Amino acid sequence: MARQAGAGSVGLAGRGRVLTPIAEFDSVGLRYGTGGEVLRDLDFRLSKGSFYFLTGPSGAGKTSLLKLLYLAQRPTRGRIALFGEELTDAARDSLPPFRRRIGVVFQDFRLIRHLSAFDNVALPLRIAGAREEEVEGPVREMLAWVGLADRASARPPTLSGGEQQRVAIARAVINRPELLVADEPTGNVDSDMAQRLLHLFTSLNRLGTTVVVATHDIGLISATPGAQMIRLENGTMLDPTGTLRNPPPIAYPRGEPE
Amino acid sequence: MMFRWLFTSPSERRLLGARPLQGPTPWVIAIMTFAIMIVAAAGLALAETAGVVAAGAEARYSVQIPDGERNLDAAVRAVGSAPGVAKVEPVPEREMRRTLERWLGPAGASADLPIPALISFDARPGLDLAALERRVQTVAPGARLIAHGDTLAPLLRSLRALQWLAFGLVVLLASACAAAVVLAARGALDTHRFTIDVMHGIGATDLQVTHLFQRKIAIDALIGSLAGAVAAALVLLALAAGAAFAGDLMGGAALGGLDLAVLLLIPFALTALATWVARAAVLAALRTAL
Repeated sequence: MARQAGAGSVGLAGRGRVLTPIAEFDSVGLRYGTGGEVLRDLDFRLSKGSFYFLTGPSGAGKTSLLKLLYLAQRPTRGRIALFGEELTDAARDSLPPFRRRIGVVFQDFRLIRHLSAFDNVALPLRIAGAREEEVEGPVREMLAWVGLADRASARPPTLSGGEQQRVAIARAVINRPELLVADEPTGNVDSDMAQRLLHLFTSLNRLGTTVVVATHDIGLISATPGAQMIRLENGTMLDPTGTLRNPPPIAYPRGEPE
Repeated sequence: MMFRWLFTSPSERRLLGARPLQGPTPWVIAIMTFAIMIVAAAGLALAETAGVVAAGAEARYSVQIPDGERNLDAAVRAVGSAPGVAKVEPVPEREMRRTLERWLGPAGASADLPIPALISFDARPGLDLAALERRVQTVAPGARLIAHGDTLAPLLRSLRALQWLAFGLVVLLASACAAAVVLAARGALDTHRFTIDVMHGIGATDLQVTHLFQRKIAIDALIGSLAGAVAAALVLLALAAGAAFAGDLMGGAALGGLDLAVLLLIPFALTALATWVARAAVLAALRTAL
């Protein structure tokens, strides 16, 4: 069978790789406190190296689903496995190594106000134990990539919304995460910058990062042919063809590395 | 490394933003250290005093002869010749009258006031006191043996009680200091909740977060406790002249080298306590989040 071009990955990272699931959700439900379930019966697998857009109306549960993906929330029922590891009831002490493999672009940026843009972007590297000499170059390069080379010492309150968003994106991708989760990452930037950031995401995807982007931006989706769509409505995932629940097997050209 | 948290990089220090000495923690710890050192010094001085009094009274006895100096010489010989007795000294009558005069005024020196004769002696271990009393009574009927330790026992009990009270106060104050540190740590956690959430989200471990707070509170605690210790030392020095006089009265009781070493250790012990408590409080608080 040909590689899942239309319904699967972008087709960049998957080439030459075994598309094993990077995330597996089985009958997952989530409720906050004593309220009703905001997510119900989620059954899907995200293939490693693929690119997904998560869409749905406001209140459909997109942000809650992303929180489950980046381990900020435990499901109230069901089973979640990330990177091949069962994490539903994993001890909290065991979660940080997994979180370091995930880059997150928060909807509200979540930049630390008293740190400079440089320090915000450098944070994942420092938390992962990088030495200062290993931090300087990559962070400067990343800031330049998002067009903020001259704003490295600026603190978030002095940055515009779009600049803050770019810092947040730079922080999310600085350590080349295996899974990148972004919540409305282009909501505050102009169309040129949105295309540039999308290019950054697809570049990372080519390098093997699985990307999940929650967005309402039709332009962004249409500019990424081959990306798979995940649609949520009222906390339930629409998967009429079953390709999210059971991704079809992928065939590789003979001789390609795995 | 056990103390790696003390040597954080500038970038790690920037994560909490605020510089040391901001907030009430150093001041609370300074006041607690001051109070603890004063109470501890009082307790140690009481312990020294009790030790001196107890040592002075331990082997010291008196023979009281009710009919005055009539049988004194014979009694002195009887006591002095008994096995296990050392350093026998009859107490001169004029000395006893001078002592009484201090309490009773001129009437105490009056010859009309009958006073018993007294013989002081030191006992060696193994002395049979009952046998000695019987021996003295053969030459001085009605003579009675008095152990200085028995006489001073109520005073010693009071001194020991005060000493334990001081120790209890030190423990209470240290506990209050620890409670203040817990509150300060929780306050700092609330203040920096956002930063902590972001760090956790990026993959920071509880220990990485804890080390930031631990270091800040350790510095605050060290500065506060040293300031409190200096203030307490100044007060104790001001009291030293009076204390030396009182010590002379009590037979040389004063703070010894070991006592001073204990006092010097207090600010560092409090710093260690505050640091440990802060670490435990922060770790416990972090465990409530995912």
